[in-house]
Amino acid sequence: MNNFVLLPIIIPFFFGMVLMFGQKSLRFQRGGAMLGLILAFASAVSLLFKVKEDGVQKLTFGGWPEPFGITMVSDMVSALLVTTTLLLAIFIVWYSFNSIGTAREQFYYYPAIMMIITGVNGAFTTGDIFNMFVFFEVLLMASYVLIVLGGTRAQLAGSIKYILINVISSALFVIAIAYLYAVIGSLNMADISVKIAEINQPAIITVIAVLFLMVFGLKAAIFPLYFWLPTSYAAAPPPVLALFGALLTKVGVYAIMRTYTLFFIHDTAYTHELLLWLSVFTILAGCIGALAYFDVKQIIIYNIVIAVGVILFGVAQMNETGLQGAMFYLIHDMIIKAALFMLVGIIVYKTGTTNLRKMGGLMKSSPTLGWFYLIAAFGLAGIPPLSGFVGKLLIAKGGFEAGNMWSSLFVLATSLLVLLSVIRIFIYAFWGEEKPVQPILTKAETTKLFIPTAIVILISIAYGVGAEYLTPFMSDAGKLLADPSIYVDAVLKGE
Amino acid sequence: MKTNDVIIQFTAKIVFFIIFFFAIHIFLAGHYTPGGGFVGGLLASSAIVLLVLAFDITTVRTIIPVTYTTLTAVGLIIALATASFPMLKGDPFFTHYFDYFTLPLIGKTSLHTAMLFDTGVFLVVVGVTMTIIQTIGEDE
Repeated sequence: MNNFVLLPIIIPFFFGMVLMFGQKSLRFQRGGAMLGLILAFASAVSLLFKVKEDGVQKLTFGGWPEPFGITMVSDMVSALLVTTTLLLAIFIVWYSFNSIGTAREQFYYYPAIMMIITGVNGAFTTGDIFNMFVFFEVLLMASYVLIVLGGTRAQLAGSIKYILINVISSALFVIAIAYLYAVIGSLNMADISVKIAEINQPAIITVIAVLFLMVFGLKAAIFPLYFWLPTSYAAAPPPVLALFGALLTKVGVYAIMRTYTLFFIHDTAYTHELLLWLSVFTILAGCIGALAYFDVKQIIIYNIVIAVGVILFGVAQMNETGLQGAMFYLIHDMIIKAALFMLVGIIVYKTGTTNLRKMGGLMKSSPTLGWFYLIAAFGLAGIPPLSGFVGKLLIAKGGFEAGNMWSSLFVLATSLLVLLSVIRIFIYAFWGEEKPVQPILTKAETTKLFIPTAIVILISIAYGVGAEYLTPFMSDAGKLLADPSIYVDAVLKGE
Repeated sequence: MKTNDVIIQFTAKIVFFIIFFFAIHIFLAGHYTPGGGFVGGLLASSAIVLLVLAFDITTVRTIIPVTYTTLTAVGLIIALATASFPMLKGDPFFTHYFDYFTLPLIGKTSLHTAMLFDTGVFLVVVGVTMTIIQTIGEDE
């Protein structure tokens, strides 16, 4: 019994509701959103340290006994993700102040952000598979609002695709849960894990595992199911894109990670082999997309797809090293994607175009932006002192340990393509001749946008350099994922 | 030709109260019989929609001077407050309490905090339904 677990979910929810009043007052909207996120972040950090000290924290609603009530479980994996989510949300909201425009700010922009954070944190924390579906819907509904808010032509076209694909995947999610419930008769995730172990995963459970992979794969954009992501995401304005790129697909990745380490672990020769191949193809497809485009938004969007592949490759190894690497890389990727989308947003606001061929010579007018972009690009590719290095190293090491030599080498080799794709932005936009531009925002306004962006990049540097301090947290998370009995015991036997 | 809607307006005035009281009945009876906040809310908003059909949006707005988005937010806050209240007492989130009271006229009744949560749901459902209908109805 520990209500503390709920604070990172309840606080944004409460502020989201309060912000529905005072729609026109910008000071109230901005101040309320910021206050809510900072309070929630503070509670998430203290929760993180509590989990580190006392192990898995859980709370069952209404004090019902364990498999019968809805349990919220905060283990190291979820506590780390919740903390990162709130940290990034603070900077993205700060970035929104000067970029999203007052018309949107006065039309429930901040309440929608708070609801999306509620949904994301809830999905990370829940210990009940149907409750996870509900939190998915909470975050999806809020993301529909954010993607369409403003009502430009591109946004409407993008949002139709986005909503359609998510409605279909949500329906599949309900069907998958129905199948699982019909076989197992329980919705509590720890209980499901125990019962699948008892019946030793018959073929029908493997079928459900693949169905879950399809559902979460649609949300996370894995190889054959990523087709909706580039067009839908490109429609969103930069701060919304940063929020989506940093958080939304990662919820799908987390769900795959959770179900494939807690439920479906008795027929890994089939399920995890499938996951391995799909993740390899995801990386390949992402690389092709990232190199094919001359559009800055699309390049970074395809880099989301690549990162999803890399993380799932780590999950597919099913050993502690690989899972720890996946955790390291997941958090890194959330931070760096937020940073890159914020940077790309600034570039777009400065030049008035997303086409790389129409840009050039930005290094002369804004050298700081250029150097920070270069650091973020190196961080993304995983150049040693920076943030992407440790995660990818551990993932590759896990791959070698599991005997997947060639695919691990492939993952390492694709880092070069990732680097190439983001360096192309640097070469085209920052080097060369200065070209005539029609800036969307003035220089003073883009400078204001640069402050939160720079801080996020500094955080990513600190994440890479300070990996040693994070390792205890990450190894706890890796242990927990590799050994489901820790989770199950904490939920069903603790207290 | 001037249309005359005396009959529909007169009937709507009476039927509104019948539907509205039925909505309240369904809402209150939710714990022991089919019903509850959701259907209750839908019925209540259907009563208001009947008024909108018989009169028009501006008249209904003067009859029921409520901003429906605010109503939604208030409903959510009531629901959250009911769920969070046990946290102050040191019980898990969403713990409900109930007791028996002897009320005048009705006699011995059980009062349950789930009722407050349902009130929140009721208000949210009315608020959301009416917001949807109003915004679509006013769209030119």
